[in-house]
Amino acid sequence: MKRAIILLRRRAISAIPVLLIVVIFTFFLLESASGDAVDAYLGSIGGGDAALRQSLRESYGLNQSMLARLWLYLTSLARFDLGWSVAFNRPVGELIAERLPNTLLLMGSATALSFGLGSALGILAGARPGSARDRLLSIGSLVVYAIPSFWLGLVLSIAFSVKLRWFPIAGIETIASGKTGFSRALDISAHLVLPVGALALIYLALFLRVTRAGMAEAWTLDFVLFARAKGLSRSRIVLRHVARNALLPLVTMLGLQSAAMLGGSVVIESVFAIPGFGRLAQEAVNGRDAPLLMGIIVTSAVLVIAVNFLVDLAYAALDPRIGTSEGGA
Amino acid sequence: MSRFRRLLSTPEGVAGLAILAVLLLAALSAPIVSPGDPLRIAGRALLPPFADPAFPLGTDRLGRDVLAGLIYGARTSLAVGLAAAFSAMILGVCVGMAAGFAGRIVDEALMRVVDAFQIVPGFLLALAFVSTIGVSTPVVVLAIALGAWADPARLTRAQVLAIREQDYVASARVIGMHPVEIAFREILPNALPPVLALSATIVAGAILTEAALSFLGLGNPNIATWGSMIAEGRSVLRSAAYLSVIPGAALAVTVLGVHLFSEGLVNALGDDGGRTA
Repeated sequence: MKRAIILLRRRAISAIPVLLIVVIFTFFLLESASGDAVDAYLGSIGGGDAALRQSLRESYGLNQSMLARLWLYLTSLARFDLGWSVAFNRPVGELIAERLPNTLLLMGSATALSFGLGSALGILAGARPGSARDRLLSIGSLVVYAIPSFWLGLVLSIAFSVKLRWFPIAGIETIASGKTGFSRALDISAHLVLPVGALALIYLALFLRVTRAGMAEAWTLDFVLFARAKGLSRSRIVLRHVARNALLPLVTMLGLQSAAMLGGSVVIESVFAIPGFGRLAQEAVNGRDAPLLMGIIVTSAVLVIAVNFLVDLAYAALDPRIGTSEGGA
Repeated sequence: MSRFRRLLSTPEGVAGLAILAVLLLAALSAPIVSPGDPLRIAGRALLPPFADPAFPLGTDRLGRDVLAGLIYGARTSLAVGLAAAFSAMILGVCVGMAAGFAGRIVDEALMRVVDAFQIVPGFLLALAFVSTIGVSTPVVVLAIALGAWADPARLTRAQVLAIREQDYVASARVIGMHPVEIAFREILPNALPPVLALSATIVAGAILTEAALSFLGLGNPNIATWGSMIAEGRSVLRSAAYLSVIPGAALAVTVLGVHLFSEGLVNALGDDGGRTA
């Protein structure tokens, strides 16, 4: 427990300057846009006169200088206030909090599925490097890895929703079904099968390849040679010595891929019309909603930092050599 | 030349090279095979594939030739993918070298910037970048590169730091070689190969990102792209699924070709992996 707190503190301190860079870069990027949210809003309601434009700018603080606004944004961010969405006319924080659970559910399920199945298949492939089974799994994973997830999502929905009608075609749950408890959970899972499948299949291939590569390398190491010399059974060597060694890089991969997965969910959510975080990003882009887009990018950065912290914790638990000695002082 | 022959001796390398060669040929010969604007209305709308010899892959909702879109889309995919990967490599190697050589505060500051670009999902960044600056091909290239340069930067820095400590660099210093000469003649050529090995992954990623961007309507609307073709086909998914399936399959085959090629290359170079320059 103490180790976890030390790790958390060290992570949090090193995360602050990085987050600051993210905020400042995004701020200046979004500032460079021609036309602001007020223009977009006025365009959407059919135009307005100069006086309305002026008063709206004042109410959103858009008439102040750029640096003053950056300072305002940073100070409100320090109070966990993400600002006000122009397109939705609601607080950004509230919108994100509403949409995030759907995305976390999608990503969490996809990660669990791809991690579990990918490492299992990777162990199958790596048990005998160079065998026919290994070649087949390796080539197969390469093919799957090349498929764009959003297209896979479309193809899956043609096959299983349009033709076979096994799963609902879009959304996260049946609208106004009045379902509660277990039947609601069942409804949501039915909606999630295809998007999770599309997102997971790509990463499954990646995890398979990483596991397989780690195992192929482990076969050449001295301790495996020693285990073989001792006369241990092959299955015991595969599981206890070779695979175990190959799983640690997989945990690292999990942290590295979390950002890519979050990005991938934007397109998947658009394909399956899931009201999640990624779809919110697309809505922010369409509505030229700079505060919302800013909030989304900052939140995603915090999310990735959090996932990487969890990965660190898992790593520390799995590998006793990772100490906290320097941070403990 | 022997390295090339070794590449041809791996099945992955042959398959990858073949796929990429066909694509390159299609992309280069696009104006000859299918002259004129691929986005123009060429015939009857929603013609299925293999029905009319004039349109071997059929036509879309507006009567545009699918085959023409496909080969012009190959142009866009390859050009944007290669340009974005190239920009990301240049930026990454420069930042990584600067961080590795400068050390101390410069290193620390640059690496925090690299961290920042690694924790923001590249696709979100590209989305924000294209939507604020405005859609055009160079902006799309830059947007994709922004999300991809952090990995080569980190690897270059690690390489420079490791090679700096080698004996031959110390000897170069002892014989009085200028630090700039050491950097460019001794360290850089040895630091680059593993970084270059990343480039295939980056090209594949860039092609996929470009497709996803144009799928969401953030690609250049005046040129044919596979992503926008897939998106176009969505509205008639029930009746004419081929409109989305064909460009998507082309995309998957392209990315597979890049992966196979890089796999073959890694296998071919495997024997002398450490000192290929």
